[in-house]
Amino acid sequence: MQLNVNGKQHEVDVEETMPLLWVLRDELAITGPKFGCGIAMCGACTVHINGMPARSCSIPVGQVSGQVTTIEGLGTPDAMHVVQAAWVEHQVAQCGYCQPGQIMSAAALLQVNPNPDDEAIDRALSANLCRCGTYPRIRAAVKTAAAKIRESNL
Amino acid sequence: MSTLGKITRRAFVIGSAAITGGVLFGYYKYKQPYPNPLTRDLHDGEAALTPYVLINATGVTIIAPRAEMGQGVRTSLAALVAEELDIDVHSVTVEHGPASKAYYNAAVLEEGAPFPPHDNSAMANGVRDLMHVPAKFLGTQITGGSSSTIDAFEKMRIAGATAREALLLAAAAKLKVDKNTLRTENGAVITRDGQRIPYTELATLAASVSLPDDVSLKPRSEWKQIGRSIPKLDMVEKCTGTATFGMDVIQPDMLYATIKVNPHLGAKLNSFNAANATAMPGVKHILPLGEVGVAVVASNTWYAFKAAEVIEFDWAKTAYAQTTEGLFESAIAAFKESHQDSQNRNDGDVDFVIGQAGDATINREYRAPMLAHATMEPMNATALLKNGQLDIWAGNQSPTFALAEAAKVSGISEENIRVHTTYLGGGFGRRAEMDFIVYAVMVAIQLEGTPVKVTWTREEDMTHDNYRPFAIARFQGVVSGSNISALDVKISSPSVMESQMGRVGLSIPGPDTTIVQAAWDQAYMIENYRVTGYRVPIGIPVSSWRSVGASQNGFFCESMMDELAHEANVDPIDMRLALISHSPTRKVLEAVAELANWGRVLPENHGMGIALVTSFGVPVAQVIEVEKTQNGIKIHNVYVAADVGIAIDPSNIEAQLISGINFGLAAAMMGEITVKDGKVEQTNFHNFDSIRMHQAPAIHCKILENGERIRGIGEPGTPPAAPALANAIYAATGVRLREMPFKKQIQFV
Repeated sequence: MQLNVNGKQHEVDVEETMPLLWVLRDELAITGPKFGCGIAMCGACTVHINGMPARSCSIPVGQVSGQVTTIEGLGTPDAMHVVQAAWVEHQVAQCGYCQPGQIMSAAALLQVNPNPDDEAIDRALSANLCRCGTYPRIRAAVKTAAAKIRESNL
Repeated sequence: MSTLGKITRRAFVIGSAAITGGVLFGYYKYKQPYPNPLTRDLHDGEAALTPYVLINATGVTIIAPRAEMGQGVRTSLAALVAEELDIDVHSVTVEHGPASKAYYNAAVLEEGAPFPPHDNSAMANGVRDLMHVPAKFLGTQITGGSSSTIDAFEKMRIAGATAREALLLAAAAKLKVDKNTLRTENGAVITRDGQRIPYTELATLAASVSLPDDVSLKPRSEWKQIGRSIPKLDMVEKCTGTATFGMDVIQPDMLYATIKVNPHLGAKLNSFNAANATAMPGVKHILPLGEVGVAVVASNTWYAFKAAEVIEFDWAKTAYAQTTEGLFESAIAAFKESHQDSQNRNDGDVDFVIGQAGDATINREYRAPMLAHATMEPMNATALLKNGQLDIWAGNQSPTFALAEAAKVSGISEENIRVHTTYLGGGFGRRAEMDFIVYAVMVAIQLEGTPVKVTWTREEDMTHDNYRPFAIARFQGVVSGSNISALDVKISSPSVMESQMGRVGLSIPGPDTTIVQAAWDQAYMIENYRVTGYRVPIGIPVSSWRSVGASQNGFFCESMMDELAHEANVDPIDMRLALISHSPTRKVLEAVAELANWGRVLPENHGMGIALVTSFGVPVAQVIEVEKTQNGIKIHNVYVAADVGIAIDPSNIEAQLISGINFGLAAAMMGEITVKDGKVEQTNFHNFDSIRMHQAPAIHCKILENGERIRGIGEPGTPPAAPALANAIYAATGVRLREMPFKKQIQFV
């Protein structure tokens, strides 16, 4: 079947029931989305499908239609997305394993709400687990990124 | 390929410095602040070079041989070398390097010395230094015990200073000028007339100069990188999905596997039937895993997961307690003389004062459950056996344990095994265990020539951990006036050291001080004060879990202190100050009181609690502010003051305090592993959850530097969180919580 990831078309030959995460990781060697729980409880596997945040560990690849964007497609080390840049500015990541998922969830939030209050941040990010407990810096980084987005929209 | 790929471990041991096209520098002198004949002898006989710096024509590489699991050690350790070498740490390459006994951790055993951390007498420090000697013999390259910076602080700076000295000598020889006319700056030697010679151009020459016997280190006033908050070297990678964790290792023609191991931990596999699994999509091999389980090897991890689900197993059972209640009964049964493990504190006459007090004695019992480490990255490792060489890729906390265990299970000599240590998606002690590496090796040696990545499901990870042990504490306290006149502390728990070291074939003689860690060794001077540890026979495997014994004992002891303060009707901070003379410890209490504005009038339904725990030598005081809301307890603020002696990187220390506190809060609120029918019941984050964004409080940090020596901060933030929370909840609600997790008794938002 065909799969569009980060603007590139891929032909994959797998069972349609295989979760998108394992197609990305083991078939296409796109390892930014992480395996954490396999049951959509931790958010480490979060990607965007047509701009909407999705838990790739729990979506069969056969049901995916449209553009898949992973952390690698959001921005690169040389050209970071505004959310990634805010994450670096606030030195958010510790072990870093959950952060691709956190960043993808935050980027999706800011796309629809460029001025989230604490409650909106809680609602959008409470399904993303971080065992290092980096939450205070995540919150600060989301606010910094939001301010930058609002500035650039002026 | 790694720039270190061509250096054999042998080069480290024989102390060879020159390599093709470059030079290695390392710590080669066993330096002691207190002259000690035993260590001097060791030094004379064993002047092996431990390389930390590699310079060649293409650049400077610093080796930071500790696991980067979020605690920032890669950056902090590299900065120690870079500071003395006069080069920006962001302009060099930093690598973990190979597994080598040369990178043994000298400081990791210090915590086991029989002196409390506030004792800095010559004798206590002398014995701590002697703990470095067995550490050297054991040659254990391990990341744990909040010891990395303590171990590295001197030797990595010496490595940098030695390299700088050799580069200056090389430049002097090359230019035929006096060395004293030269200086170094930002990766180059500078001549008196301003000529710049980059270190890279001096590498070959520097290999031939004779290294100085001694070097001097910069005074603190000249530090440009140490003592500053510097951006983490791994931050951009980790925010762009380009950092390589063990889970992300890809080798050519690699296969993907998962395992199923007996959920009765430690028991064998009687038999299995894989008839339904072999024909499933993508399945390549179904292999026995020693005597304990089965591996499914497939073309995709998910195919392996699906096939593993349909295999039928007949598991042998274990002999130890099969239920949570049974495990706690074993802890109760161990409260007797025959099981006494330690009594490191016995001041005054506790029995006499308690006898006199009679019915006025305050008797309390506290409990803590088992806990899983639950790293975000489930256990995994990749291994390849090819042409007699075994390669292992894994995020791990002890490369030398990995070498030894891999050699044991494969029969391949350590000389022919390479351990490639990646980033760790969380460690917390879990990745100092070697099971995930052993299983990958078991698979690789059955599929010679094929690299296999073995990934555990979250369910396998959660049910096959080596857990934070369950524990029970029994207190007897006597209060007279505003003082505690007697305190008797009895703690019963399985021994982490016996269980964990036993799994790598080591036996640690004598008492296990982790059973009474953060109970016997606190700075309180109570006139009649006794702390006794009781060892529960080993059953279900237990292990080091961030802050080890302090994780439960801090909760027990500091909750009890709060109870005694309420009984005595005194302010809990005043009561603690009255019992402590150690100045750095007093200062963290005073600092946290000021930071929290302790004693201020709180809004209705709010409460504040205080706790003070010294672990790994770091006194940490926390004040937590909660609110009783209609939806449950809301944690608003955590105020924390900690004394690390010397703060290498304030921003990183703040990050570790935040992390340690949230880790401790998660356990206190909701962490619990239970056992039924001999198996762990929790399987995934739906029934072993952790603190999440909407529950995470604002955290306000104050870092102090009054302590006598430099300390590590990966763990000490964790222990005070649970008691400070329990004490705050008591203040807000009147409910006294004596058992973790608190969710059993109280609801959180």
